[in-house]
Amino acid sequence: MEGKAVLIKNGYVYDPLNNIHGDRMDIAIKDGMIVEDVRESEALIIDARDMLVVPGGVDIHSHIAGSKVNLGRLMRPEDHRRDYEPRAPGKRSGVGHTVPSTFATGYRYARMGYTTVFEPASPPLKQRHTHHELNEIPILDKACFPLVGDNWFVLDYLSRGDVEGCAAYIAWLLEATKGYALKIVNPGGIEAWGWGRNVASLDDQVPYFRITPREILRGLCRVNRLLRLPHTIHVHANGIGMPGNYRLVIETMEAVRDLEGCHGKPIIHITHCQFNSYGGESWLTLTSEAETVAKYVNRNSYVTIDLGQPIFADATTMTADGPFQYSLHLLTGAKWANADVEAETSAGIVPIRFRKRNRTNAIQWAIGLELALLIKDPWRVYLTTDHPNAGPFTAYPRVIAWLMSRRAREATMKGLHPMAMKRCILPSLDREYDFSEMVIITRAGTAKALGLKEKGHLGIGAHGDVAIYPLNPKSLDPSKDYKALRKGLRRTAYTIKGGIIVARDGTITAQPIGRTYWVKAPVRKELSQTVLKDVRARFRDYYTIQFENYALDDRHLALSAPIIVNPEV
Amino acid sequence: MGVRNACALGTSKFLGYNHGRLPSPVIRVGGEARPVSLEEAIERAAEILSKANYPAVYGFGSTSVEAITAALELAEGIGALADNVSTICHGPSLEAVQDIGEVTCTLGVVRHRADLIVYWGSNPVYSHPRHMIRYGPMAEGRFRKGRADRKLVVVDVRKTPTARLADFFLQIKPGTDYEVLSALRAYIKEIDLEVEEVGGIRIERIEELGELMMGCQFGVLFFGLGLTMSPGRHRNVEAALALVRDLNAWTKFAIVPMRGHFNVEGANAAFTWETGYPFGVDFSHGYPRYNPGETTFVDALNRGECDAALIVASDPISHLPKDSADKLMEIPTVVLDPHITPTTLVAHVAIPTAHVGIEAQGTAYRMDGVPLELKKLVDPPPGILTDEEVLRRIGRVVLGVSP
Amino acid sequence: MEVILITGRSLSQGREKEGGKLSEAYRRAVAICELDPEDLEALGIKEGENVRVRTDFGSIVVKPIPSPQAPHRGVAFMPYGPWASMVMNSETHGTGMPTLKGLRATIEPTKEPVASLKELYSGRLR
Repeated sequence: MEGKAVLIKNGYVYDPLNNIHGDRMDIAIKDGMIVEDVRESEALIIDARDMLVVPGGVDIHSHIAGSKVNLGRLMRPEDHRRDYEPRAPGKRSGVGHTVPSTFATGYRYARMGYTTVFEPASPPLKQRHTHHELNEIPILDKACFPLVGDNWFVLDYLSRGDVEGCAAYIAWLLEATKGYALKIVNPGGIEAWGWGRNVASLDDQVPYFRITPREILRGLCRVNRLLRLPHTIHVHANGIGMPGNYRLVIETMEAVRDLEGCHGKPIIHITHCQFNSYGGESWLTLTSEAETVAKYVNRNSYVTIDLGQPIFADATTMTADGPFQYSLHLLTGAKWANADVEAETSAGIVPIRFRKRNRTNAIQWAIGLELALLIKDPWRVYLTTDHPNAGPFTAYPRVIAWLMSRRAREATMKGLHPMAMKRCILPSLDREYDFSEMVIITRAGTAKALGLKEKGHLGIGAHGDVAIYPLNPKSLDPSKDYKALRKGLRRTAYTIKGGIIVARDGTITAQPIGRTYWVKAPVRKELSQTVLKDVRARFRDYYTIQFENYALDDRHLALSAPIIVNPEV
Repeated sequence: MGVRNACALGTSKFLGYNHGRLPSPVIRVGGEARPVSLEEAIERAAEILSKANYPAVYGFGSTSVEAITAALELAEGIGALADNVSTICHGPSLEAVQDIGEVTCTLGVVRHRADLIVYWGSNPVYSHPRHMIRYGPMAEGRFRKGRADRKLVVVDVRKTPTARLADFFLQIKPGTDYEVLSALRAYIKEIDLEVEEVGGIRIERIEELGELMMGCQFGVLFFGLGLTMSPGRHRNVEAALALVRDLNAWTKFAIVPMRGHFNVEGANAAFTWETGYPFGVDFSHGYPRYNPGETTFVDALNRGECDAALIVASDPISHLPKDSADKLMEIPTVVLDPHITPTTLVAHVAIPTAHVGIEAQGTAYRMDGVPLELKKLVDPPPGILTDEEVLRRIGRVVLGVSP
Repeated sequence: MEVILITGRSLSQGREKEGGKLSEAYRRAVAICELDPEDLEALGIKEGENVRVRTDFGSIVVKPIPSPQAPHRGVAFMPYGPWASMVMNSETHGTGMPTLKGLRATIEPTKEPVASLKELYSGRLR
């Protein structure tokens, strides 16, 4: 990981976590970490004069690896043909516009200045597959979130009210699957989908189980707190994609409010919240309720969200929300894949295209931006396109331009369906993000939300992950010159990972192996033993593989990076 | 020494793994096969592959994912045509999924929930002897207690041993799967069929099957190579995929292809995540290209386009049609296999490798995509390496030799 | 006699291939053709006689077996393997997959022996 020391001189540094907002200063890296200073004679000097120097990007939610993503790749040869990565010395070939292959994924993120990316939804039974792919993605540090909300062991423990038992099971599951955080998708709805059904409210009974979505959310929120996991529960709320669903997402957040405790940190993350902020009763009467959702988030500091911002282009929807994906297939008529996983979860894939002239798509686009512009605290709202659901990650510069430039938004609004903006308040929003806020929602805030203390900032002891963009924040007016902003953000002058230059003006210059983070949460011995005994005994009742074959070892990860926490139980 | 818990095929694999072994690396010159050292074999292999204009890299039915990714790296490096055995197996199924999508599930879902199981052009009693007890009609699941809780339907051209166990058997004429599947689709969509029979079956029987399928709580269609290999190929599979998709408007239904070779699913998975395509990948332009019929192994062989081939964990000389096998015999081949096969017998370089799952650890993917780590139980014979190790060695030499 | 020929797996084919493709057990398992007993009778095959299976693409002598999966008049089944490959169609029709099932074939009795694996390939090897 370590190379020569690096000294980045004279750049305009934005490091909001450490209260640096555009100071001209040097950044020194030694042995892969940010240090106070290095001797110029011993360092590789990078002249970052007139350039934007920020921490490497940290993507909190992007579908890049695993069986669902691979099924998406299989289904999209037409997408691959349009976009390929040629082989080059030291560089593997690849394909894919919305669902890139493994090598291409690493290169494209690196070129854009991102150095850490988390896969947000992995079925534990197939997590070995997720890690196969993550291991091959070059450069990036990464992790994956196991899907737990409809896991039979979880449902059994929680329906009995045994939160501690559930916590011990989850602790085991995280270690067995080398997972990082708890992903909950349409809780209860996915088990119902096992019968072709769904849930419609937080208090619906899950078929054949004595539990409701509310109880699943609350139970896992408590488990998360008991285990002191670095990230909150990561929730894809019930009712996604349905007109009128904003009430349900607010209910979802409300459902765990009393579990907050007094430490003041967030306890729930609502992912791709754009898809859950719809008003109206039907597609015909669809409106934006981003304002209502944003108000709630503003008033309640225990909540964080990420956007799921749509781009007007091809996308490939892929979530664990089987019933929602089926309904999308019925709505659009596009090809549809579904893959239920025994005792655990599901997956659905439907290609889609967001069109400017489509009123619904136009409103969806506005909703994402409204959320970002109306939520006051940039530390609690993060930039994602839920890649590849609302758009490919390579479109992030476009989203940033919309957030930093009202003119950019207006230019896009011109081409939209004429009725769409009547259902939104976006045209009236003046706010423009500044560079500091941009850095927060793409790096500093996401790293903080994930509990990654050495990421997302450039303080001493942080990882030497730096992005140097060919943009002068002092002379560029992002509001007026949003096109130059967009262009500059697409391709770094330098991307540095752990002190190694991995990308230079778009050319990949090195491919270090990235870390795979996972969480080890050792619970007290008797509890762990009791639960494991129980799990072992029932394992073959639920699964068609042996207990011994389920867990992964450290050696299954290309570079294992466990984060050890200290549970309350 | 015996084998427990395995089916007949697995038992044979374990008990017979040491029979008919390729004893040492061999180089064949002018019809004469000469035992050589591993180093010499690797040098010669590297020479053949790097000199070739358009080499093929093929096989991967019976080896680990780790070996497959090593092979893909080599294939990309030499601008080869990379293909795997699904090209003559469920390749057409994958082509159909690319068009239509696929509504599927893992095998445990079938065990727990399915009350209707259909085997279409598949005879698991022979091809997957433990399938029905573990995942099929005889399995015990959370919501289904066993055979009494499930209905078994078999559709085939002969009354197979599986058909004999069926509650409902449809013996269709060979090559009429597409028509029968389409008739079922029509029935489900409430389109009247104005014929007396389809595929040799009276229309009333087909409607009866349609009712069974619509009326179940959770149905699963397992299908075999009867669909992929008959005239119609991927269109047959499309009809099956579309039928299952359409059934989801009525009830919960899933489809699962019955994969044959123990890690062909892993080959498809690894090919897809590295290249975007499940098989038939051409690297000659420096990036992955996919066009079945053009970039598939059998077609490239038939047209005489490949001038060398690296074959790993597969026996195409036995299994390809004669004309294609003849073409393969005309070009220099490098073959990696634990055993002596007709393919190793004609190879210019044959290198014995370890048996994955017995002598070598490695990951394989089950037919439903569940990855499993196969264990090493015994050491391979002295001097015998794994496919992965041999491929990486060849790769290292090739990268030194090629421009 | 005209038949439709299909190839496929059989239990013994799967079992014996693990024990070695050069073995006599393997040949006995796959150098065969399963026919409906009524078709066999109509062919008038005598004890110890074999059949020649002929398609547009090749011909091969194999041992006829009364099918345990009858009735299927007009349909012949051969297990995968080097003998079946001699009569299959390499044409993929642009799909990558050659025609391995559903071929039109003729079956006639013959006194010729079933070739060994070596004999199958001798003359074809360079």
